[in-house]
Formats: sequence, C-alpha cells, structure tokens
Amino acid sequence: MNTATALPVVVDGMNAPIAETVATPARDRVVLYRMVVAAVFLGVWQAVSGRLINPFWCSSPLDIAKTLWTWTQSGLLERHLLVTFQETAIGFLIGSVAAIAAALSIGRSETARRTVDPFVTAVYGVPKVALAPLFIMWFGIGLTPKIVLAAVSVFFLMFFNTMSGVRQVDCRLIEAMTLMGASPLYIQKQVVLPAALPWIFTGLKLGLPYGFVGAVAAEMMASNQGIGFLTQDSAGQFNTAGVFAALFALMAVTTLLNEGLGWLERWLFRWR
Amino acid sequence: MEESHARVEDPFFEQPAPLARLCHVRKSFVSGGKRAEILSDINIDVAPGEFVSIIGPSGSGKSTILNLLAGIDRPCAGTVSYDGHPVAGVSGSIAYLTQHDSLLPWRTVADNIAVPLEIRKMPAAERQRAVVDILAKVGLAGYGGHYPRQLSGGMQKRAMLARTLIYDPRTILMDEPFGPLDAQLKLALQAELLRLWTGTGKTIIFVTHDIAEAITLSDRVLVLSAQPTRIKHVEPIRISRPRDVHEVRFAPHFEGHYRALWNAIEMRREEAAA
Repeated sequence: MNTATALPVVVDGMNAPIAETVATPARDRVVLYRMVVAAVFLGVWQAVSGRLINPFWCSSPLDIAKTLWTWTQSGLLERHLLVTFQETAIGFLIGSVAAIAAALSIGRSETARRTVDPFVTAVYGVPKVALAPLFIMWFGIGLTPKIVLAAVSVFFLMFFNTMSGVRQVDCRLIEAMTLMGASPLYIQKQVVLPAALPWIFTGLKLGLPYGFVGAVAAEMMASNQGIGFLTQDSAGQFNTAGVFAALFALMAVTTLLNEGLGWLERWLFRWR
Repeated sequence: MEESHARVEDPFFEQPAPLARLCHVRKSFVSGGKRAEILSDINIDVAPGEFVSIIGPSGSGKSTILNLLAGIDRPCAGTVSYDGHPVAGVSGSIAYLTQHDSLLPWRTVADNIAVPLEIRKMPAAERQRAVVDILAKVGLAGYGGHYPRQLSGGMQKRAMLARTLIYDPRTILMDEPFGPLDAQLKLALQAELLRLWTGTGKTIIFVTHDIAEAITLSDRVLVLSAQPTRIKHVEPIRISRPRDVHEVRFAPHFEGHYRALWNAIEMRREEAAA
C-alpha cells in the first residue's frame, strides 16, 4: 500500500469502542453471608456435640481445631498433606496433559473420534477406585499407584471436555486461517487449542477433586503416609476428631487450589 | 453474451493479459440426492489492477466463484486459472475477505492483524512495525491493544481489512465485506477501501448485493442470472477516478449504469415470473 497517510476514524459515534461494564453486585455481602452460614453450621455442631449426640461419633469443631493445631505444631499434617498433594499434582498433570493431547489429535477427525468413542466410554464407566487394587499389585505401595490412579481418574473427564471443546471450534475461523496460508499445526495451536480452552478449564476444575479422590482412595488401601492413611489410621484408633481434621485439611487444600484455578481462568480469558 | 468472455463486451479498452480467468466453468452440488447446477458455463477475465464487482441474487453462486478463485473449491468442468497457471489450492498472493467475522476473539487487534505475518514467519520486531503502520492506515491507531469484542462492527471490518492488506496480496477477493453495516458506515468504509486501493495496482474482485456500491467502487460490474448461473450482463463503469463515494451518485453516468444494472436484475425477475 502506498497511501501512507493516516486515515481518520470517519464516523465517530459508531466507531467508539463499546464500553466495558463489569458488574459485581454485592460481592461483599455474599462474603458476609458465607461467613454467617459457616458460623451457624459450626455453632450448631458445637452446641449439639456432647448434649444431643455423643462426641465419640461426631466430635466437635473445637476438638477438631485442637487436633489440627497439634498436628500442625508437630509437622505431621504438613508431611501427610504434602504426600497427597504431590501424588495428586503429578497424577493430575500427567492425566490432563495426556487427555488434552489425545483429544486434540483425534478431535478434528470425525472418523478417528467415532472409532475411539465406544472404547473410551466403556472404560469411563468403570469406577476408577476399583482399579486401585490392580495398581497396587502392579506398582507396590509407594507413590506410583496413587499417581496412576489420580491420573486415570482425571484423564477421562479431561478427554471428554477437551473433545467437546475441539468439536465446537468455529469452522469459519479455521477457514479464514487456511485462506491466509496457515499450516494445520498453526491452526491447531492458534485456533483449536485457544477455542477449546474454556472447556479444558471446566475439565480441570471438575477433575481436580477426582484427582484427590484417586490418590486418597489408593492411600486408604495400602500406604503409610498421606491424608488417606491419616484418616484410616485415626479411624482405627477411634479418633473421630482426627478423621475430621484430616478431611478438613484436605478440603482446605482443594478449595484453595480451585480458587487458584479460578484466578488463572479469569486471567487467561480476559478477552471475553 | 454468456458464450463469449465477459471482458470482450468492453471494446473501449486495450486489455492486457488477464490475471484471473474462469473459462467455461461449471459447478454443481449434490444435495438431498438431487444434483443442483450452480454455475453454468461461466467465463470471466479479470485484468491486473482491475476492480470488478459481481452482483446477483442470493444463491446465484457469487461466493462459489470466489471460492473457486481462492482455491478452496474445484470446478466440475472448465478451468480456473490465475496468473497463467491453473488454480490448484490456496495461494499466498490471493487474499480472501469473507463476510463472517473471523478475528480470533482471544487475540488483541494487533495480534490478530499480525497473524498472516506470523504464518509467514516474519521476525517479531518487523511484525510489530508493520502492524503499527497498517493500523494507522485503516484508522485504528491506538486500538491495537483492544480485543475484538470491544470494537464496533465497523472497526472489526477495518481490522479484518488490515489483516488482509498487511501481507500485501496481489489480488483480494471480497465477499460482501460491508454487508451487514448501516448505510453511513458502509460509505465510510467504501471510501477507505478506495483510498487504500488507489495506486496499489491490486486486483479486487468484490461480491455485493448493493448496486450503488458496485458502481461506486468498480471498473466493471458483472450481473449473474439466477440458477443455473450465467453471466447475464457486463457493465463497464465510466465514472472517472479518483471517486468520492458521496459524489459518485451525482456523476453523469451513474443513473445510466444504475438503470442498466437494475434492468438486468429486473429481467431475471420477469423470467422467474414467466
């Protein structure tokens, strides 16, 4: 082009960018309500425990807090949490990367997708926990069977989610890229993957608890460390507060991780 | 008329060798077990640097003609050639601006416009310079950091135009690029297109519904018939350039061109009624 002069934007009103309106109605109030719900729940539990129900069965928030405090002081909680976190994180990573790669590579081909679909669906139907004894047989009682179970638990969810994302990519975007001379790899990286990312993220958020379920379930069957072991061990000693404390710690971790994923999601999808 | 090459209709020009050429092209699709003939013996020659518009009823195969030239569709019979060679696939020297919004919503305007350069593996620094340059040319200076959804429809069209122009294609195919815009904005973008095109020697093949738009922009307007499509009429536009989009309709030849094109379309209606 050799018309080097800058052209003015001709029609003012029509060309003005559409103003962004981000409405977060009563965010503070929601936080307050949440705190009220938590306080009421814990208060009722504390009041009922020892009056209506024997604390042997239901423990009490104060006893649980005491147990958590002792465990934190002694470093016991940190050690076990870290083990479970490690197993889940590695399993989660392996499972989701494998699932995303698999879905991306076959998702654009209708034939490949339909060939694979019944097999994946069949295996998906198997309760993953039922595979734990097999993995323990194969991989012993170390970290490996927990990682594998976490990975398998996450894989299917991620696979199906990524697949639906890949299938819903706007083909007009792909056509436009093709017309500009883009290679299939470029289209895969710059169009299909970003377009499927919202689905992938939904998969990640849904899959995270599944990863923990896999790891903890395997720990409960054969292990001497991790949150699964801790609950099992406490229950064996009739320590109700200990069971609740271990679960509570796990709950805190998953909530924090989910929150982290939420932040990442908001940053990645700032274009929306 | 449809038996001869459309270009021959115009005896006033000494024509150079055609850049794009459709020769006895037929195209039919099979849908629902029925064979529908879309194009029936189409002959078109487009000279280098020419601005040709194609008008015709919807479903008359206007887009199909562009798809054939772009290399994303093949003729059932006849030949489509570009620059002396048969069109065999997508070419780097032909750009295609479709009517859909095809900006990537997750990329900023600047990153969207850089896509063709990325595909051509241009270094990032050079890419950035080219983007800043083209943004200014299409009147989007300062909007490089915006995401497509933050832009109005007209600005999105400008961004798509910038993305098309940035890799300097020799020929641009445009499929109703200003279709859904309101009249005022359409005129603004037509003016911009003319300014950006003037003096570049680029060849533009422009599909539209709008007779006035076709006259305003083109050197030549082809009218397609209803299916099976043939070229019904060829109208060389005798309005001198440079043209002012607001003044063109008061040019002495405008009314004559408009009547001729309108009649070509009217005849088709009578045929349909008969």
